[in-house]
Amino acid sequence: MKKLINTIESFVDEACEGLALAHSDLVQFHREPRYLARATAPKGRKVGLVSGGGSGHEPLHGGFVGSGMLDAACPGEVFTSPVPDQMEAAGRAVSNGGGVLFIVKNYTGDVMNFDLAAELLRADGIDVRTVLVADDVAVQNSTWTAGRRGVGNTVFVEKLAGAVAERGASADEVERVAKKTSEAGRSMGMALTSCTVPAKGSPTFELGELEIEIGVGIHGEPGRERTALVSADEIVDRLARPVMEDLGLKRGDQVIVMTNGMGSTPLIELYVAHRHVAQLLSGSGVTIVRSLVGNYITSLDMDGCSLTVLRADDELLGLWDAPVHTPALRWGA
Amino acid sequence: MVVAADMRRFVERFAELIEQNADTLTELDAAIGDADHGINMRRGVRAVLERLGDEPTPGAVLKTVATTLISKVGGASGPLYGTAFLRASAAAGSKESLDDADLAALFSAALEGLRQRGGAQAEDKTMIDAFAPAVGAFETALAQGHPRKDALQAARSAAYAGSDATIDLVARKGRASYLGERSRGHRDPGSFSTALLFDAAASTLSGDGP
Repeated sequence: MKKLINTIESFVDEACEGLALAHSDLVQFHREPRYLARATAPKGRKVGLVSGGGSGHEPLHGGFVGSGMLDAACPGEVFTSPVPDQMEAAGRAVSNGGGVLFIVKNYTGDVMNFDLAAELLRADGIDVRTVLVADDVAVQNSTWTAGRRGVGNTVFVEKLAGAVAERGASADEVERVAKKTSEAGRSMGMALTSCTVPAKGSPTFELGELEIEIGVGIHGEPGRERTALVSADEIVDRLARPVMEDLGLKRGDQVIVMTNGMGSTPLIELYVAHRHVAQLLSGSGVTIVRSLVGNYITSLDMDGCSLTVLRADDELLGLWDAPVHTPALRWGA
Repeated sequence: MVVAADMRRFVERFAELIEQNADTLTELDAAIGDADHGINMRRGVRAVLERLGDEPTPGAVLKTVATTLISKVGGASGPLYGTAFLRASAAAGSKESLDDADLAALFSAALEGLRQRGGAQAEDKTMIDAFAPAVGAFETALAQGHPRKDALQAARSAAYAGSDATIDLVARKGRASYLGERSRGHRDPGSFSTALLFDAAASTLSGDGP
């Protein structure tokens, strides 16, 4: 395993330190318990947005702390959910009477740890709401599994809920927008290679030189099928069609699209992929109103990509265009 | 009767069994989960041993275990074991010693906490598949008039048997559920650590001293 690492124990803390040093105007790092919060608290009563999860998906979530997006992010160990102390402390820190919204990716550990933190905060009279993100259409059997995994749509939920919260909306309103966004987005990813978790030191799964995994999760969970390597356009077909079908896209729909890299994918390849995403959507009479191409929710050093499509009405589009200023996403500010 | 010192011995024995089986737990988890159950539980019980002090009651011992596991273990097992110990602590209340009925109430509160936190049913291939039979066996043995020592042995055996039975099940909760049919043939790691818990209870809570 060749990596830029000092020690496995200090890996996540040191990354958080680096992020806070690089963006000291935006983000502050609290070590014990571990969370990243805005460097400057927003003015006035505002719903506090807290997300978090295992590390290894950077820039998610710490890179999205800042005005117009998250108030705090709680990084767990690599691919391990954070513990309730972190969300409790972060929730307390960002709560100023307007309530707190937890944005939680649908993984068993994340859900339970955020639940416990919410219980602890509610016991102190803080209004805590939770929105689950469960957008991975690769998981077909939601009834007999832990349900769909939360992946790329998390970026959209954090952006849009963050925008409405920044305008001073009530907790009810922020929760409504977060749920609406969560329901309007779908994703699917694929791997060209496995990722390697530092603590383990070897690849999470084995893929042959000419094999790919379609529907892979962001922790290397198995997908829908393992197939032979095919062209970029064919790969995009296999990601986009289930996403479009599940979303029930119709001619005339407007969408925001994210073509996302898994960590080791060159941007030039992501643009090749995005080109065909755009062709497929416009071929179905769907209008892409905004696009994001790059690394926004990664899986350590996995090579591959994911596609997220969000059906966006005027409300969501307006919130997308609202100013945002975070380490990883910035416009209008 | 079970007093604080007995409860501490139970926790220490559980920690010892986790240490001895940490690699096994991680290997079981590697097959159908994310390969960290042993690592996470070991981190948790080590922190528990550091933090355990001179808690005056069995309930207070359980509460220290609960809060430590919740803040140190992470994943799904942290909140699950944490909740189980927290509910057990609440059931024990501030009593200085626990009789058979108290112990039964404590086990059953822990099980109810697990069910609420995880939402798992029997045969979902989770800790419930070891925990529920153990609690059931304990209650049945007491109801049949067996002494607590034997009831705890029955619980221990039922927990191991329940864990064995998870091998043939298909996971419907947690990360293993994404494997579907491919999860069959592997033991659920949480059910095994649960069996270790009842193993520890059988050798420490029988009420006949160390």
